[in-house]
Amino acid sequence: MQLAVSIRKKLGTFHFAAEFDLIGQRIGLFGPSGSGKSTLMHLLAGLLRPDSGSIRLDSTVLFDSTRGINLRPEQRRIGVVFQHSHLFPHMNVRRNLLYGWRRIPESDRHFEPESIIEVLHLGHLLDRGVNLLSGGERQRVALGRTLLSCPRLILMDEPLSGLDESLKFQIMPYLNTVFSRFGIPLLFISHSLLEMRLMTEQVLVVDHGEIKRRIVTEELAQSAWGAPGQAYVNLLRLGRPQPQGDLWRYQWGDAGLVLTEHAEQEENIFELDARDILLFKRHPEATSARNLLSCTVRKLFTVGNRVRVELQCGTQPLIVEIVPESMRELGLEENKEVVAVIKASAFRGLL
Amino acid sequence: MLELQPSDFDAIRLSLKVATSATLLSTPLGIGVAYLLVHTRIPGKSIIEGIVNLPLVLPPVVVGYLLLVLFGRRGLIGSWLMEYNIQVIFTLTGAIIASSVVGFPLLVRSIRLGMESIDPSYRRAARTLGASAWGAFFTVTLPLSGKAVFAGMTLMFARSLGEFGATIILAGNIPGVTQTIPLAIYEYTSTPGGDRMAMMLCLVSILLSFIVLLISGAASRSLDRK
Repeated sequence: MQLAVSIRKKLGTFHFAAEFDLIGQRIGLFGPSGSGKSTLMHLLAGLLRPDSGSIRLDSTVLFDSTRGINLRPEQRRIGVVFQHSHLFPHMNVRRNLLYGWRRIPESDRHFEPESIIEVLHLGHLLDRGVNLLSGGERQRVALGRTLLSCPRLILMDEPLSGLDESLKFQIMPYLNTVFSRFGIPLLFISHSLLEMRLMTEQVLVVDHGEIKRRIVTEELAQSAWGAPGQAYVNLLRLGRPQPQGDLWRYQWGDAGLVLTEHAEQEENIFELDARDILLFKRHPEATSARNLLSCTVRKLFTVGNRVRVELQCGTQPLIVEIVPESMRELGLEENKEVVAVIKASAFRGLL
Repeated sequence: MLELQPSDFDAIRLSLKVATSATLLSTPLGIGVAYLLVHTRIPGKSIIEGIVNLPLVLPPVVVGYLLLVLFGRRGLIGSWLMEYNIQVIFTLTGAIIASSVVGFPLLVRSIRLGMESIDPSYRRAARTLGASAWGAFFTVTLPLSGKAVFAGMTLMFARSLGEFGATIILAGNIPGVTQTIPLAIYEYTSTPGGDRMAMMLCLVSILLSFIVLLISGAASRSLDRK
């Protein structure tokens, strides 16, 4: 998907301006509340009219103030999943799901309701009234409803922020499956860095009504580290585990990791806090921790009383946070070999 | 023994006919006006709002007189209707028009409150799913304001059953033609010995109003369940 935007909008005392031209499948819109993320979403979907400028999606001009083009929302075919699902309360789940599907010409119907219902596990809910659904079910129906309108781009406006922690991570696999299986471009709005890292490849950072910069999601995660109280979290993608005694062994690049947690998917995402990793100069002969990885120091970066150490463990990168005193005692410098020690219980399964 | 006269049955029949026609004819217009007031930004909106609400605060007799001037033979609308041989004054049509005008503000108020209470996000969601503005109105806004529309219709129906002032001026008090229950009661009370008959019709009136309330309650509960 290519999205070229150059627009201005004044809403009361709030000035919004956006200027970018990007190509990608999974794009994040990251920024604090009130920064203009939702404004941009409304402008793209045609629910709000820019004061001036132009919006182009692939080869279609959605808006152009100089040429007097302003496609109506129903002509833009941009799907929106709202923060509070906004399911139609007077319709059951089935009618909600098919609302958009019924309104598009047959030639634009890229997938069948059955496949969406199956992927999102909605089969048993079809005849239920939407007021009887749980928060997670509501968001799944809302996602299904938007998908079935077969849009060219889906905007998701903090779709997970209304859900509690555990529900969030129940929904996220659905999102990942859906967007990789059906190949629809995604613009994901959130103020959660973790959600961004799990859902997007590149990010537009929005602040005070402006697009501040465009950055690869992983770089954003590393740059956000400097802020006080913020620790970097390593996200590890691990395959199917093998039992090892009463623990589980996962392949990670060319190394193996031993975890207490079991996961069932083909690919599982675990988080590992950069502060939960110990560094040793030499291989400690015996330790209670189950993972001892030989690594090479790639980069060192000091902010205040914290040091970020970027390691290369075989083929995989790993980021560790220590204090400057440890760095001096260990004599850490670039290209030096160290041993990273991680407890089997330090990993937390996300997806 | 207390019993109803044949003319009383006429009055009941006419009352129901006037109230039903006035309500059914006004509802689509009421929905339209409420929509204009809630969802559009047309110039002179407050003036339209004022005109719609005026009959609510004006004495019904004043409304009746203004209608008489408008629909009379030399009136703005009356003279035009005369060309098509349609007479409004002293006819059932007149009674329906009088009831419509007096009950209309109640209808619009109720529908408007209902429409205003609908989260605009539902309409936005419908638009992003491919519905046109009209499509979103008919599939989302209107069904969601169904309860308010029904409440407005009930109010208007009840108001029409009791309409007196505007009706007597525009449509007169002609037994069998324009004499509705309130007008019949008025005639009985001004006739010596008519008290019992007036009381009978009052009881009928109470009964009818009660039935309207019951039906409206039941319907509103069934809409709630949906």
